[in-house]
Amino acid sequence: MLIRHAPRFTASEITDPNLYLSRRELISRAAALALAPSLSSAATPATPALQALSATRNAAFSLSETPTKFEAATTYNNFYEFGVNKDDPSRLGHTLRPRPWTVQVDGFVNKPKTFDIDELIRLFPLEERVYSLRCVEAWSMVIPWIGFPLASLLKRVEPTGQAKFVEFTTLLDPNQFPAQKPGFFGFSSLDWPYVEGLRLDEATHPLTLLTVGMYGKVLPNQNGAPVRVVIPWKYGFKSAKSIVRIRLVSEQPRTAWEKAAPQEYGFYSNVNPAVSHPRWSQADERRIGEFRRRPTLPFNGYADQVASLYAGMDLKKHY
Amino acid sequence: MTRPARLALKAFVWFVCLAPLALLAYRAWTDDLGANPISFITNTLGDWTLRILLASLAMTPLRIVFGLSWPIALRRLLGLFAFAYVCLHFAVWSVLDFFFDWPRMWADIVKRPYITMGMLALLSLLPLAATSTAGMIRRLGARNWTRLHRLAYVAAVCAVVHYLWLAKVGVKEPYWYAVALVVLLGVRGWEWSRRMTRRRRARAETTTPRVGSRAENPLS
Repeated sequence: MLIRHAPRFTASEITDPNLYLSRRELISRAAALALAPSLSSAATPATPALQALSATRNAAFSLSETPTKFEAATTYNNFYEFGVNKDDPSRLGHTLRPRPWTVQVDGFVNKPKTFDIDELIRLFPLEERVYSLRCVEAWSMVIPWIGFPLASLLKRVEPTGQAKFVEFTTLLDPNQFPAQKPGFFGFSSLDWPYVEGLRLDEATHPLTLLTVGMYGKVLPNQNGAPVRVVIPWKYGFKSAKSIVRIRLVSEQPRTAWEKAAPQEYGFYSNVNPAVSHPRWSQADERRIGEFRRRPTLPFNGYADQVASLYAGMDLKKHY
Repeated sequence: MTRPARLALKAFVWFVCLAPLALLAYRAWTDDLGANPISFITNTLGDWTLRILLASLAMTPLRIVFGLSWPIALRRLLGLFAFAYVCLHFAVWSVLDFFFDWPRMWADIVKRPYITMGMLALLSLLPLAATSTAGMIRRLGARNWTRLHRLAYVAAVCAVVHYLWLAKVGVKEPYWYAVALVVLLGVRGWEWSRRMTRRRRARAETTTPRVGSRAENPLS
């Protein structure tokens, strides 16, 4: 005989894991606050103490210019996940939790793998490279990055013949990135998550740096902790921050900025003084910390190394 | 409104309009202009130009909607402050930003629509500032002067469009200014159309015989 028991609880009675996790977080934060009253938000500096990261300077890949002041490089940022203003990332960056963190590397590869961030940092010898960073908004900085060539990582996962492009995806989490929450009338600056992409030959170029630190320390949150990419001959927005996934694909990825304003931000977005942004000239730039504008160089000064990647291409069309 | 009250009101406007400049000077003095000081100064001066310009355009609607008369006394002062701020904004652009590189600036004025709009706003404020004195009102005649000073609307529209076109994706502020401008111009439009219908009705009453009144009084 079949005896039917009423279920001991219904599905609706099960606490949503997000709810009890956030409750846990609340308790632990309250405890932390009680234990460390001096760390109240008002006293928190723009950039909390960062762990030092040792790396060997790669002189062949480094500019001889004096780097931009650390203070400037960590308070004047474009990181739309925190907001559209330059000081939003440093003011609001504390909500991002760069540990624990994993980076999924998959797509058209023989050995897809999800790397823990600390594993990733130890995977290859870290190099320091002083690159110039040219923002599409006509300002620039000189930054000593720490990382290793993205090519090393890609080689390890063995891209297959179908892999033609590399797609980078930034973390999607409105609890950590406040500007990912929809605002008034569902208004959002970009279509989240932030997606960027490179052609495979661009991604495996020796200049393309998978970056985990800067100025001798781990990456500050506002600069894309815990791992970002740096492509010095392209406008800054191509260098995706806080990456959670690197996917090898056969089609050209649709990037977040292409979706938002395709006539202004093309897939290639190589630094090019001859091709204006539709609304302003790219002929010159202001190096942060300098008074006079300086001329912008083709490929941001890296033409000798990368111009051959685009041989035969019309760079006015493929902007 | 008594004379001391009007003076106090004007002093208040002076204070509010000069405070942003004082703050900017203080921040420059204490090296607190951020990583890109020239851009910060340019943007701050542009913001305040727009705010003060819209404030000057808000005075007439205040009278229309709330029947207040004192806002009209502040219109010229606010307009002149807006002009002062736009001059500073332009000076910082041409001196600090482009350091007298006139060919380059001219190329931008012609080629970049948002800069064209900004220049148009500045140019339309110029004759207004030049004819802001009582003597000029007398010389031009009230009617011509009023007509000329409608350029304030052109300046405000150009200034708001200038901001809309220069702002990057996701920046919301220019839309708030646009909404404010639409409301301010809307109040005037509403008042204007009301005046027009009243005038038309008045004209109709004086020129055509009153059919209704005759019907009311069939014996006349």
